[in-house]
Amino acid sequence: MTDQATHAHLDNPEHAQHRIVTPLQYFFVYIIMLALTGLTCAAAFVDLKWANAVVAVGIACTQATIGALFFMHAAFQSRLIKLTIGAGVFMFLVMVTMTMSDYMSRSWGMW
Amino acid sequence: MSTAIGNTIVSLPDQSTARLPKRHYINNEYGLLSWLLTEDHKRIALLYLFSVTFFFFIGGAFAGLIRLELLTPQPDLVAADTYNKFFTMHGLIMIFLFLVPSIPGVLGNFLIPLMIGAKDLAFPKLNLLSWYVYMAGGTLTLAALVLGGVDTGWTFTTPLSTHYLNTHVITAAMAIFITGFSSILTGINFIVTIHRMRCPGMTWFRMPLFLWSHYAASLLMVLGTPVLATTLVLVALERLFGIGIFDPAKGGDPLLFQHLFWFYSHPAVYIMILPGMGVVSEVISTFSRKRIFGYTAVAFSSVAIALFGFFVWEHHMFIMGVSSYSALVFSLLTMLVAVPSAIKIFNWAFTLQKGSITFETPMLYCFGFMGLFTIGGLTGVFLGSLGMDIHLTETYFVVAHFHFVMVGGGLMAFLAGIHFWWPKMTGRMYPETISKLAAVTTFIGFNLTFLPQFVLGYLGLPRRYAAYPPEFQVLNVLSTAGATVLGFGYMLPLLYLAWSLKYGAIAGSNPWQATGLEWQIASPPPTENFTEIPIMDHEVYDYEWLANKTKKEVTTVG
Amino acid sequence: MDSALATTDPADLHAGQEHGHVSLPQHRHHFETVEQQREAGSFGMWLFLLTEIMFFGGMFLAYLLYRNWYYPAFVVASNQLSVRIGTINTMVLITSGFCMAVGVWAAEMRRRSLLVAMLVTTTLLGVLFLSLKYGEYHEKYELHHIPGNNFNISMFTNPAGYGIKEAPLPPDMAQKTQVFFFLYFAMTGMHALHMIIGLGILCWLISRARRGDFSAGYVAPVENFALYWHFIDVVWLFLYPLLYLINRHPMH
Repeated sequence: MTDQATHAHLDNPEHAQHRIVTPLQYFFVYIIMLALTGLTCAAAFVDLKWANAVVAVGIACTQATIGALFFMHAAFQSRLIKLTIGAGVFMFLVMVTMTMSDYMSRSWGMW
Repeated sequence: MSTAIGNTIVSLPDQSTARLPKRHYINNEYGLLSWLLTEDHKRIALLYLFSVTFFFFIGGAFAGLIRLELLTPQPDLVAADTYNKFFTMHGLIMIFLFLVPSIPGVLGNFLIPLMIGAKDLAFPKLNLLSWYVYMAGGTLTLAALVLGGVDTGWTFTTPLSTHYLNTHVITAAMAIFITGFSSILTGINFIVTIHRMRCPGMTWFRMPLFLWSHYAASLLMVLGTPVLATTLVLVALERLFGIGIFDPAKGGDPLLFQHLFWFYSHPAVYIMILPGMGVVSEVISTFSRKRIFGYTAVAFSSVAIALFGFFVWEHHMFIMGVSSYSALVFSLLTMLVAVPSAIKIFNWAFTLQKGSITFETPMLYCFGFMGLFTIGGLTGVFLGSLGMDIHLTETYFVVAHFHFVMVGGGLMAFLAGIHFWWPKMTGRMYPETISKLAAVTTFIGFNLTFLPQFVLGYLGLPRRYAAYPPEFQVLNVLSTAGATVLGFGYMLPLLYLAWSLKYGAIAGSNPWQATGLEWQIASPPPTENFTEIPIMDHEVYDYEWLANKTKKEVTTVG
Repeated sequence: MDSALATTDPADLHAGQEHGHVSLPQHRHHFETVEQQREAGSFGMWLFLLTEIMFFGGMFLAYLLYRNWYYPAFVVASNQLSVRIGTINTMVLITSGFCMAVGVWAAEMRRRSLLVAMLVTTTLLGVLFLSLKYGEYHEKYELHHIPGNNFNISMFTNPAGYGIKEAPLPPDMAQKTQVFFFLYFAMTGMHALHMIIGLGILCWLISRARRGDFSAGYVAPVENFALYWHFIDVVWLFLYPLLYLINRHPMH
C-alpha cells in the first residue's frame, strides 16, 4: 500500500516532492541576477546595432527564467505548474506574433 | 444494453414514494446572512441563478424595446441616440452579465464538485468573492444605465468611445472591467478544482463531458479576460487624460484597440458556448441512455476549441483595414475552428442513433440547441470567408449569426441544464407539459425572430440603426412578432419553475436514471455533498452499472 | 482566501477533529489532506500569475508596436530617464526578492524572528523602490512630460536649448514621445500599483508572522505571496531594459 502510494505519487504529473532551497543557493542566484543586471546595463552603452535590443531582451529572459526556476521554485514544481507557466508565455507569444503579423504585412517592406 | 434497463425514464421509479431529505443544503441554515456569507458552492450557485435571471430579464427588456422600435421604418418610438443606448445596454448586459457567467456560475458552481466527488470547490471564499465582484460589476452597469446610459455598442469601439461620445463610457468600462475579475476568479477556481479535487478513481477520461467543457472554458477565462481588462483600462485612460494610445492624431492606432479587444472577445464567444456544449452532452447521453459516442473526441474537441479560439480573432476586423495577407491566414484558421464544433455535433447525432430516446423537456431544448447551433456555426463559416464577409459584415446577417450561436446555442443549453438539474437543485420536478410547451414556443419564436434577419442582412440592411428603408418592413415585422413569441417562451419557465418550488412533485434522488455522481446522492444534496468520499469504480455514462446498482438496492431493501 | 486558514482558536481545532481529519488548524474541511490543500493553493496562485502575464502582455504588445513605429522618438524620450535610478531600482527589487526567498526558507525552517526580519527588509526595500520611482515621476511632472493636455515637446524639438546632446526631432516625431511616456507611465504605474498591493499584503503577513502563525509548519501564505512578489520583480526585469536602455550609446 505504502509502496503503491509512493509510486503513484512519483508518476503523477500533478504532484512534486516538496523541496526546500537553502539560503546559500538563493545567494548564488541573487549574485547571478545582479551580475546580469550589470551586464544588461553595460551592453546598452555599447553600439551593437540591431543586436542591442536582442541582447537586452535575451538577458531579461534569462533573468526571468532564473527567477522563475529558483526564486519561484518552478524547477522543483510539478509538470502541471511548468505547463501553466508555459501556457502563459505561449499565449502571450500568440497574441504578439499574430497581431504583429498583421502590422508587418500591412505595409510590406517598410519594417 | 439499453434494453437491459427496459423501462423508459418516464416511469420515474421512486417518485411516488420519494421524500425530501430531512436536512439538505437549503434548509441547513436560515436567514439572509446564511446566504450572503455562505461558502457552500450550491448556495453560491443559487445566488448566481437569481442574479443572472434578474439581468437576463433586464437585457431582455432592452431587446423587446429594440424590436418594438424596429416595427416601423421611422425612428418613432425613441430617438436614434436613445436607440443606440438600448442596443448597447442589451449587448453589455446579455454578454457580460448573463451569457458569460450563466452556465459556469449557476450550473458549473453547483455541479463541478458534485460531479468529481468533492465536498466543495477548491477555494470557497474566492467563489463567494467572485459573486460579489459580479454583483459590483452589475450594479455599476446599472448605474451607467440610470445615470444616462452609454451608446458605444458593447464593443467600446475607439475612437468613437474615446473621443466622440458624451455618455457614461468610463462607468460602463469599469463595470465590465470588474465583472471580468469575477470570471477570472471562477475560472481559476474551476481549473484548480478539476485538477486537484477529483475523488479516487475519477481519472480524466472518467470525467463527465460537462467537466471537460468547463475546464476548456475556464482556460479561456483565465487567459483571455486579463487582456480585456488592460484594454478597458487603456480606453478609460485615453478618454480621461487624452494620452493618445488609440488616437491617430497623437500617433496611436485604433486598430490596436481592435486587436486587443477581440483577442478576448472572440474567445469570449467560446466561454459562452463551451459550457453549453457540456450541458448538451450530459442531457443527450441521459435521454438516449447511451454512452456519448466518441467520448474522447468530444472531450478533446472542447480543448481544441479553446486553443483554436485564440487564433481567429482578426475575422472581426476584416473590413477595418488589416493586412490582406494576415486576413487570409485568419480566415483559414476560422474555417479550422469549425472542425471541433462539427465533431461535437456529429458525435451527439451518433449518440442519438439507436438510443432509447425520450423527449423530456431538457432533451427538447437540446434538440433546439443542435439545430440552431448548426445554423449559427455554418453561417459563421460564411462570415469567416473573406469575400462573403465584405458583403455581410456589419449587417443583420451578423446579428442573426451570433444570436443563433449565443441565444440559440448558449441560452437553449442554459435552459436545458436548468430543467435537467432542477430536480437536483430544488428536490422538486417542474411541470412536464407546460415546460415542453415553453421549449417549443422558444424554438418557434427564436426562428421567427432571427431567420428574417439573415435575409435582411443578406439584402444589405446594416445593423445598429434605428431607421430603415420601408421595403424592409415586412421582414422586420416578422422578426418583432417572433421576439414577442420568444419573450413569452422565456417568461413561462420563470413562472412554472417558481411554482414548482412549492407545488412540484418530489423528485427523488435520480429521476432521470442518469449515471453522474451528482445523481447518486439525495436531492437536494446535503451541505457536505457526500457523507463519505465516493469512489469512481466504473466508466462514465455506464448505464449497465447504474442498472445493476439499482437492482441491488431493491434487493437489499426488500 | 487565506484569512481564516490559520485560526488558532480552539473551537476550530475541535471542529477539525469532528470531521475526522488530521486536525491541523489551517486545514480546510473540504480538502482530504494538507498536501492537497497546499498544492491547490500554489496552483491557484500560478494560475493567477498566468492572468497577470496576459494583463501586462497587452501593454508589452502596444510597446512593441509603437517602438517600431516611432523609434527615434522612443530613443530620445528613453534617454531622458535616469539610468542610474533605474539600475539602482532594479538591484533594489532583486535584493528584496532575495530577502523574500530567504523569508520562505525561514518559514519552512520555523524560524520566526528570521522570517519577520526578512519580511520587514522586503517591505523596506519595496518602499525604497517606490520612493525612488516617485522621485522619477515628480521630475517628469515638472518637465511636463506626463502625457495629456499639458505635455510639452520643446525639449525634443530643441534639445540644445535644454543642454541635452541629442539630435532635434521634427515636431511630428517629437509629438510621438508622448506615446513613449504614456507607455512608460502605464507600465511602470501598473507595476507600482502591484507593488503597493504587495506592500499591503506584506504588512499583514508581518503582523501574522510575529504572532508565530507561519513558524509552525504552515507556510502557504508566505510561499504564495513570495510567488506574487517574485513575479512583480520579473515584470520589472523586462521593463528596465525596454524603457531605460533603448539606445544608450551616443548616436554620433
